[in-house]
Amino acid sequence: MASVEWKSSVVSAAGTDVHVTRGGNGPPIVVLHRDIGTLERLPFYDALAAKHDVIIPSHPGYGASPRPEWVGSVRDIALVHRALLGQLGLNGATLLGLGFGGWIAAEMAACAPSDTRLLILAGAMGVKPPTGDILDQALVSYIDYIREGFHDPGAFERIYGKVLTTEQLVQWDLCREMSFRVAWKPYMYNDSLPYLLRGIQAKSLIVWGADDRIVPASAGDLYAARLPNARRETIANAGHLIEMEQPAALANLIANFIAAT
Amino acid sequence: MHLMYFTEQPMKDYPAEAGNDIGFTSLLMSNKHFDPIVGSRLYNEFLENYVYAEEMGVDGIMLNEHHNAPFCMQAKANVFASLLAGVTNRVKIVLLGNPLPLSDNPVRLAEELAMIDMVSKGRLVSGFVRGGGQEQLATNANPAYNRERFQEAHDLIVKTWTVPGPFRWEGKHYHQRVVNPWALPLQQPHPRIWIPGVISHETIVWAAQHGYPYIALNTSIEDTKKIWARYDAAAAEVGYTPGPENRGYLIRCHVAETEEAALASARQFLWMDGEFTGRLKPVWASPSGYFSPSSRETFVNFIAGQSASPSRPRKTFEQQVADLQIIAGTPEQVVASLRKIMIETRPGIMAFWGNDGRMSQVDARTSIRLLGQEVMPALRETAKELDLKCPFEANMPVSRAWANAQTARAAE
Repeated sequence: MASVEWKSSVVSAAGTDVHVTRGGNGPPIVVLHRDIGTLERLPFYDALAAKHDVIIPSHPGYGASPRPEWVGSVRDIALVHRALLGQLGLNGATLLGLGFGGWIAAEMAACAPSDTRLLILAGAMGVKPPTGDILDQALVSYIDYIREGFHDPGAFERIYGKVLTTEQLVQWDLCREMSFRVAWKPYMYNDSLPYLLRGIQAKSLIVWGADDRIVPASAGDLYAARLPNARRETIANAGHLIEMEQPAALANLIANFIAAT
Repeated sequence: MHLMYFTEQPMKDYPAEAGNDIGFTSLLMSNKHFDPIVGSRLYNEFLENYVYAEEMGVDGIMLNEHHNAPFCMQAKANVFASLLAGVTNRVKIVLLGNPLPLSDNPVRLAEELAMIDMVSKGRLVSGFVRGGGQEQLATNANPAYNRERFQEAHDLIVKTWTVPGPFRWEGKHYHQRVVNPWALPLQQPHPRIWIPGVISHETIVWAAQHGYPYIALNTSIEDTKKIWARYDAAAAEVGYTPGPENRGYLIRCHVAETEEAALASARQFLWMDGEFTGRLKPVWASPSGYFSPSSRETFVNFIAGQSASPSRPRKTFEQQVADLQIIAGTPEQVVASLRKIMIETRPGIMAFWGNDGRMSQVDARTSIRLLGQEVMPALRETAKELDLKCPFEANMPVSRAWANAQTARAAE
């Protein structure tokens, strides 16, 4: 695989600065990252960039994007990103949401149904699981929360290293504080979203790790039931953090889904 | 000098082994370990002890609240404040305090406090706190908005007490269609507001700006001096010079007939591994958004298990006794130690955390008797000698806002 050239920029959207990482060539795909932020580079991003123009914005208040005091809900974040896509001329892009980012992607698709080509949700939060609860990060440390996201107990150290820097911990803390601001109560879902999903005509792929201990698979079943054109898939040997644990499997699944549409 | 008695209201008869097995004694420790029969007995003992403290001569009873943990059975300070309003006659009822961010309806709090003030015939001191980190989790109050909610709830309560209703409140976190409670405080313009805390820079500055006494919670003498320096600097910026009436101090202090008995009992102050708020996971004490952004780097390492608690460095019992953070002994010994603290830190308010943990009821009452009958009279003499006046003796204005309004009125 040819190495991907990634570029960073800052775009003003709805009056707030959004940090954007972009690389690759092909039809655009916007990646909405997790509640723990994202590492700067991931093999999964490189795999996507082989066939796509990959746009990874940092949500307002996460990573390098400053926190606007007025952002108080996940829908606010979704609308900032809608404004961002307007700025970038990417209104019809495919949306890929990972975990918490899946909630944002679903809100973005729901609020502008004709502006979403394809919707891909991986272990998405955002709906109240019909059975089970979304694991509450408020009760566990940053490290334990992420460890719960992997199927393979060795994955954490492989990806984040044995020694955690203060900088990494601060990043996780800033992300968590922002997540509390927008999703404290009810925790990580929006009661109206399942109704609004019915208005999304875009074809969608709902994918879950077979061993997701953060978001119950029943939430994926609900997404698949409410989205009119949904395909439901499961990836083996993966927990919640599929893109870090099974990057090739997830990238292949997405490539096949896009090719088939 | 204002001298108070305090207890955490410990549930001494909970099964300690249950906590040892899981490694914590708070928040998620199952309440299947709570025994209401024991609870009923203990609540009544606490009440008897408060009444006894008044009989023994204390000036005030300090109350607080915590949730989901055996280290403190009082889940609502206003409940015991209401009881004391009815069954005591003289003591100040000092709430340190109501955790404002935990309330979704500060106007209701203002009403409750007004009722307590009237029933007690004006003996309420209404302290306010942010609530500990785990209290936010126990009551589902968003830690990311803790300080904003604290300040807005405070502003709403003071306005409710001082501005005739009806008025409307459209804030960021609180929205009230009609603010017009029929019950208002007896004390005018409103009950005194005291602010307890440890080292939180923002809270110290906020208290100083408002002209509210700050009650340092069992800090070391060195840290207490730093707190006063910070408080004094913030006060100077808004144009006044604080005195002992602005300074309070809570100290764990157990008195017995002999030094041996006092020291043996005082070890119970460390019954929860020395953690004031029970044994807990660091992430519960410091949920994201709760602590000061300026301390983020320190706290994240604490939460990740990579460093000790930044607010309470662990010390052995002997170290804490040597550093005068735990005081235990005969009345003469205790008076001598407390005199040193008074000389060093010049507080006008002192609270004595008299008993804790599994101390017996007999020992708890002995400590109350000796504190009230022997220690406090000597401390009052020391306070006269050092000119340590409390807010009541100094006739300190209840707030800077009120003092400034009085000055403006006088100028007209």
